[in-house]
Amino acid sequence: MDNNTTNTPLDERRPAIAKTVGLKEALPLFTTFFKIGAFTLGGGYAMIPIIQSEVVEKRQWIKQEEFIDLIAIAQSCPGVFAANIATFIGYKIAGVKGAACTTLGACLPSFLIILAIAMIFRQFMDVKWIAAMFNGIRPAVVALIAVPTFNLAKSAKVNLSNGWIPVVSALLIWALGVNPIWIIIAAGAGGYLYGKYLK
Amino acid sequence: MIFLQLFWTFFKIGLFGFGGGYGMLSLIQMETVRNHAWLSSAEFTNIVAISQMTPGPIGINSATYCGYTAVHNAGFDGFLAILGSLTATTALVLPSFILMILISKMFMKYMKTRAVQDVFTGLRPAVVGLLAAATLLLCNGENFSTPDNPWRFSISIALFVATFVGTKWVKINPIRMICYAALAGLLLLY
Repeated sequence: MDNNTTNTPLDERRPAIAKTVGLKEALPLFTTFFKIGAFTLGGGYAMIPIIQSEVVEKRQWIKQEEFIDLIAIAQSCPGVFAANIATFIGYKIAGVKGAACTTLGACLPSFLIILAIAMIFRQFMDVKWIAAMFNGIRPAVVALIAVPTFNLAKSAKVNLSNGWIPVVSALLIWALGVNPIWIIIAAGAGGYLYGKYLK
Repeated sequence: MIFLQLFWTFFKIGLFGFGGGYGMLSLIQMETVRNHAWLSSAEFTNIVAISQMTPGPIGINSATYCGYTAVHNAGFDGFLAILGSLTATTALVLPSFILMILISKMFMKYMKTRAVQDVFTGLRPAVVGLLAAATLLLCNGENFSTPDNPWRFSISIALFVATFVGTKWVKINPIRMICYAALAGLLLLY
């Protein structure tokens, strides 16, 4: 983007980020991410291929290489992945207002669905056959959380030398009731100090 | 007061929730079940189940549900409970929103420096531990029943093992697996 400012006339220069967004530009940003939020089962990572086909291939708002970089950063940052990537892309296309449109669009469907469930479902929780269904579902859900623990261990490159970190973290939280926030802070600081002084 | 608590709690979760939805679970659980007792452990597990079956990120789903439930249980009416949902969800997303804009604006060039990479080298294995803790914390009597109730307890264990094997090795879709478990619950635990 920077190098085409050198020889082009002033009015043809395109700023890296459009600062003003009218309804005309904002609406497709909102609707595209609303659609993405409404139709991806299975949370954040299931969204990647759908965001890619909508934002990179169909609408061509950003380039493929850029998209891959954004995903890598959005994954390593804290927060809801879907909100991270939506903010990133919206900001890239149309500044803060663009980011507001995409993030709102991505979050609104689940907000509305869960709100409806919270309002209705609570009244039925005491119904005997529904309670029986959830008594069967809950152990299965615990297994559904156990499986990504092992998958994540593989992709986080947990091995014999750093294997103590997840074990100690889990025990501190589970057995001693340490708040996970302290584990996060300690692990980040530890990684920094290890890289700086010991590696 | 409860609105401020909701805001502050979910802002913290949004700020420190590394590792995506699953990595966030132990934080959400620690704050909402253990520290504030807004939800019971069984309710929390139900939310995770509902999150699996509905579109959208698990973090947002639990913030929305928890905001509603917490305000409702505190004795307020429906409208204020919706406001509670809105408060929790906004608070959860706000750190992401601010952080991503700051990174886009100023810190993009620092993301690949060694110092930042070193921080992530420490964080990644710890997030695995967080997820393991979330699993361990959910292995309790509310979700599995107890050996005092041998019928339900053994069925719970069987469903846990079947789901683990089914999704990890047989690669059955998690949503389908939840439906099977619901059917088993209906037939065997009614």
